[in-house]
Amino acid sequence: MATLRDIRRRIGSVKNTQTITRAMQMVAAAKLRRAQENALKARPYAEKMGEVLSSLALRTQGDAHPLLERREAKRARIIVISAERGLSKAEGIVKENKKRSIETSLVAVGIKGRDYFKRRKYDRYKEYIDVLGDLKYSLASDIGRDMVESYGDKAVDEIGLVYTKFRSTMRQEVVAETLLPIKPMETEPGESVIDYIYEPDEERILKEILPRYVEVQIFKALLESVASEYAARMMAMEAATKNAGELIESLTLSYNKARQATITKEMLDIVGGSEALK
Amino acid sequence: MSVEGKIFLDIVTPEKSVIKEEVSEITAPGEEGEFGVLPGHTPFITTLKIGEIKYRKNGSPSYLAVNWGFAEVTGNRVYILVETAEKAEQIDLKRAEAARARAEERIKKAGKEEIDYARAQAALSRALVRLQVASRAR
Repeated sequence: MATLRDIRRRIGSVKNTQTITRAMQMVAAAKLRRAQENALKARPYAEKMGEVLSSLALRTQGDAHPLLERREAKRARIIVISAERGLSKAEGIVKENKKRSIETSLVAVGIKGRDYFKRRKYDRYKEYIDVLGDLKYSLASDIGRDMVESYGDKAVDEIGLVYTKFRSTMRQEVVAETLLPIKPMETEPGESVIDYIYEPDEERILKEILPRYVEVQIFKALLESVASEYAARMMAMEAATKNAGELIESLTLSYNKARQATITKEMLDIVGGSEALK
Repeated sequence: MSVEGKIFLDIVTPEKSVIKEEVSEITAPGEEGEFGVLPGHTPFITTLKIGEIKYRKNGSPSYLAVNWGFAEVTGNRVYILVETAEKAEQIDLKRAEAARARAEERIKKAGKEEIDYARAQAALSRALVRLQVASRAR
């Protein structure tokens, strides 16, 4: 049986752990607040841009711009913004692609994804490490430019994006989206599609907007993933703090029991001793 | 086409949604010159340059200073996606004035380096637009 001192020591150590997890929870909560705000504020722009682009894709011919061109998918690329759950989803897509004999290369953003895919020896096109902590738009434009180039050069025929969408603090969801080619908007049957008037002209508009669109979508995914990461971390630390609390409670209980047992034993000793003297 | 109609105006920047309102008339700085939108405009898409957006709601005009972006007009809906958009009353006159002075200074110095010159020029026109828009709020 554990001695009193052992139990006291364990209580102390669990308390220390609890202090740390509570501090980590606080840090995650503070970071989450900022990340969540950023992610929510970026949403309307990215969504509107997606709407405009898909309605644009509907109205233009596929050959108007390299990024609108649809090709039979032979080589695909997936940008994986890593959070643990996103990885298995990305892996699933890679395997699915393999069955359809589509070569898939990966772009890993974040250290988890890099390690995961490295261990499994997947074809990694590029890696971005140590970038999510201090997220900058320039990261999205770097990746974006690279992807636009690859797609324009026909190095890949499809680019996907796997990230964790932030729904709420309690709920984050892994989503896989197609980044390129851009999907034309779906129309109701019978709805007529009126062509746009372009100013200055179609080619220049597409040239300005399309690369930007890719960057914005990537940036949105990055923001969402970062917010999700902090939310998950905060929840984990909250659970850890709670568990530590429960553990302390049960340890305190056995500590008190043990203490009482010693007292009772001592009293019995005294009583036994005085009885013997009679 | 009815002039009574309303246009649903949506101005968003990467940071936030700036305006989401029903308005009756919009004027924006298109790449190839200023254009106006009334209800029932034909579908239209254009890039925007640094300039001033004006819209009317119930007859009273409001102004915004915007940076690079683009606008999509479809039926009675106008999406304006820009890098930055500042409402006239939100512009800090002192800061805008300081930015203008800085930009002018840089233009004088830059001279030879073409990139610097173009950048300074853009900064200057941004500052000027902001000053102009801010003066409308008075």
